[in-house]
Amino acid sequence: MNAVVALTKKDFETDQDVRWCPGCGDYAVLSQVQKLMPSLGIPRENFAFISGIGCSSRFPYYMETYGMHSIHGRAPAVASGLKLARPEMSVWVVTGDGDALAIGGNHFIHAMRRNIGLKIILLNNRIYGLTKGQFSPTSQMGMKTKTTPQGSIDRPFSPVAVALGAGATFVARTVDTDLTHMAGVLRRAAEHQGTAFVEVFQNCIVFNDGAFDAITDKSVRDDARLMLEHGKPLLYGKERNKGIRLRGLEPEAVTLGEDGVTEADLVVHDEKAEHSGLAFFLSQFDAPKLPVPLGVFRAVNMPSYEEMNGRQHENALERRGRGDLASLFNSGDTWTID
Amino acid sequence: MSGAAVTAEVGLAERVAPPRSVEELDSVVIRFVGDSGDGMQLTGTGFSRAIAKAGHDFATHPDYPSEIRAPTGTLFGVSGYQIQFASRQVFTSGDAPDVLVAMNPAALKTNLSDVKPGGIIIANSGAFTDNNLAKASYTVSPLTDGSLGAYRAYQIDISGLTAQALKDSGLSKKDIGRCKNFYALGLMLSLYSRPLEKEEEDIRQKFAKKPEVAEANVLALRAGYAYADATEMFITSYRVRTADIPSGTYRSLTGNHATALGCVAASELSGVPLFLGSYPITPATDILHELSALKHFNVTTFQAEDEIAGICSAVGAAYGGVLGMTTTSGPGMALKTEALGLAVMLELPLVIVNVQRGGPSTGLPTKIEQSDLLQAIYGRNGECPIPVIAANSPADCFDCAIEAFRIAVKYMTPVILLTDGGIGNAAEPWRIPDPASLPKLEVKFRTDPEGFQAYARDANLARPWVRPGTPGLEHRVGGLEKDFLTGNISHDPVNHQRMVEVRAAKVDGIAADIPPLQVEGPAEGDLLIVGWGSTYGSIVQAREQAVAEGRSVAHVHLRHLNPFPPDLGDILKRYRKVLVPEMNLGQLSRLLRERYFIDVAKLSKVQGRPFKVSEIYDRIVEVCNEVSK
Repeated sequence: MNAVVALTKKDFETDQDVRWCPGCGDYAVLSQVQKLMPSLGIPRENFAFISGIGCSSRFPYYMETYGMHSIHGRAPAVASGLKLARPEMSVWVVTGDGDALAIGGNHFIHAMRRNIGLKIILLNNRIYGLTKGQFSPTSQMGMKTKTTPQGSIDRPFSPVAVALGAGATFVARTVDTDLTHMAGVLRRAAEHQGTAFVEVFQNCIVFNDGAFDAITDKSVRDDARLMLEHGKPLLYGKERNKGIRLRGLEPEAVTLGEDGVTEADLVVHDEKAEHSGLAFFLSQFDAPKLPVPLGVFRAVNMPSYEEMNGRQHENALERRGRGDLASLFNSGDTWTID
Repeated sequence: MSGAAVTAEVGLAERVAPPRSVEELDSVVIRFVGDSGDGMQLTGTGFSRAIAKAGHDFATHPDYPSEIRAPTGTLFGVSGYQIQFASRQVFTSGDAPDVLVAMNPAALKTNLSDVKPGGIIIANSGAFTDNNLAKASYTVSPLTDGSLGAYRAYQIDISGLTAQALKDSGLSKKDIGRCKNFYALGLMLSLYSRPLEKEEEDIRQKFAKKPEVAEANVLALRAGYAYADATEMFITSYRVRTADIPSGTYRSLTGNHATALGCVAASELSGVPLFLGSYPITPATDILHELSALKHFNVTTFQAEDEIAGICSAVGAAYGGVLGMTTTSGPGMALKTEALGLAVMLELPLVIVNVQRGGPSTGLPTKIEQSDLLQAIYGRNGECPIPVIAANSPADCFDCAIEAFRIAVKYMTPVILLTDGGIGNAAEPWRIPDPASLPKLEVKFRTDPEGFQAYARDANLARPWVRPGTPGLEHRVGGLEKDFLTGNISHDPVNHQRMVEVRAAKVDGIAADIPPLQVEGPAEGDLLIVGWGSTYGSIVQAREQAVAEGRSVAHVHLRHLNPFPPDLGDILKRYRKVLVPEMNLGQLSRLLRERYFIDVAKLSKVQGRPFKVSEIYDRIVEVCNEVSK
């Protein structure tokens, strides 16, 4: 394993020219992932990156690992087959808001429902980039795009909420401009057993520039985003004096010290809660009414699909012994003709 | 006794009947028909088991509606199972039943016209109630209005006699009603001089978890048997001499089961694990069922969220270095189309089994058709060649599954295996092979990083197969066009043409690997019948009949449909006329015309039913007469 220890970020870079637009948020994610890989204690040849179609899906070409640029929306299905066939591989899916949530919605939800050991990174830029600017399932209502000249009437949904609804055991969100935060979230995802889902807010400089300014612009972001920390109250704001409390089932943004509000009134984040209610509640937060949460929404331990599948194989072997063709052929009703 | 319908009284079983005469027959075709919930498939398979053990060759045709349990007594809810067994080799389930066992009026109404003139009809008179007659649109009972005059009709109150036999069983009325199929089976076993013991064992095994139901079924079986033995109504029982079939150990096998066994065999023979990604679809699902139960082999099954995920997971598994496969039927095949293209670009081994059914769209899910041939060969975007093979009988599915994997791993390509709902669900005796006699499947994974290029090709134009996890061979593949050697993305115009041509040449090159065709009949002459898939049996028998009458007719049956066998062109030229019977509007005909510039006479049937021998025979005569004009 000495070779593993010696690996660096450079070892995960390919000789292929990276073909994203200059200034694209994808570069930051690629760089963080390449940085993370050598630190995971996994031999390079045991990584595989699988993608679908879209700007984000070029990702595998830039990773010096095993990889496949598959077809639109199907990466989780391809990756599931690979993971089941080769559970010892560390299998990553890189996808986008169109790829995962529109054409590939079905595979996306079922991967998480099964809790199969895939690490799914969704680069959400809220727009179709590769087809040059149509709205996506995460585009804001009213957004004018080439297919919605009068403004979009499609209601967007939250990828985090979809993941939680599908029963994901690890759900997190980060943003392309906060490299430290992204690195932390990706590491947590890499170490999770079962499906780990990470949404990355990613700026598309050409077709949807500034979509996340409210939470990335240093001058305003602290009042617009909520950094989730397990076991800590939901506090935010430049002065760390704003928080979230509950009125019945309704979240409410409050200021500490006003109307007698203290830290004790605030909701405490619990990513390990068995019930995904709190995580789902957080997934509905959106600016400007409520701060946008970043960090780990949910991280619970459940047996992974491949682990349970492996156990069934072991049980079958124990019970029946290693199968052999002759007895398989001769099982059931047979008769002999002389 | 022909002509008159005979009414039997309840309770005759105790009477001592005079010894029946025994009539020797060459072959018999029996069709069991009833409500889709009546257990006709169970009765049919039970009967075929007994027949097989007696040393007969047989062929079956299950014919059932797509509703699981359609409203009882309705015409569209009728489910049937036909079996032909004989003292010679049997190739089809038979054109017309000699015997029809009809469990209700709807079953009689929908099947009567198929029965041979003078054939036997056993009608469950207990089910011919006013209500059931109305549901079958009978205004007068066919049992009393003389409409069965052309047949030897027996009315037996199977429902009532079963109820009487089981009155002390403690079962509910409903459960007792469910036992009547075994009563019918008992009747038939007696009529065809088969012993009961083995069937009783099978029932007890099949219903091991519900011993009270097992015993009730055994009682019903015995009661039916005793009834036929003891009553005077059957004055003749029948015996079919055993067939002269090769010695060996046999079992009854459906095509879907055989496909599953062939795939496991491919895995064992190559030492490479098998992965099936599949989504349930009629009539292919049984392959998934069979393989799911074989976890003590190197077999992983994955019931995917949809057809697309079925094939995509198999592609992922194949990339992972295992034998990937997916199973489906027409509509599912349509959904898999884009992923098939991906598999062609990735040049990974993959087997796609399409158990064809009536189309287009949802079509006739439980009925037989061969209309996906052109889809298999051409149905993708771009120049997207895929080898296609087809099985011709239930047992042949086993060999074809191994052949599909042999081509897939040798040439690093997806391979489509076509079977159909007919052979998928039908059973025939399978002579169990010695695993040591099966062909070895050689699989070599590339492990040497020295000079590795992901798309460098061997003499067969196949690229290397690499298991992820192999150090130094990390590489990326994808659906975008790639460089001829490295496999990296390439939009170079000349490279694209080169890649399109090499992918085509690779598949064309498989022709050199196809054994010479076996032509049945004269090496040259008036007529050559070219068949593919499940029409095999009907063609064999029709040809035999024509040859017996002195006609010059040969038959060649194609397993390899893309590419065609290299000797096919020469063979076609040796006959004055070529006839292609197929269950579509002429898809193979079109391919033969286009490829070999020859005229082809067609025989098309798209009725959801297999060809009758007579239909092919009649066309043979027609075409032969044209030739001799």
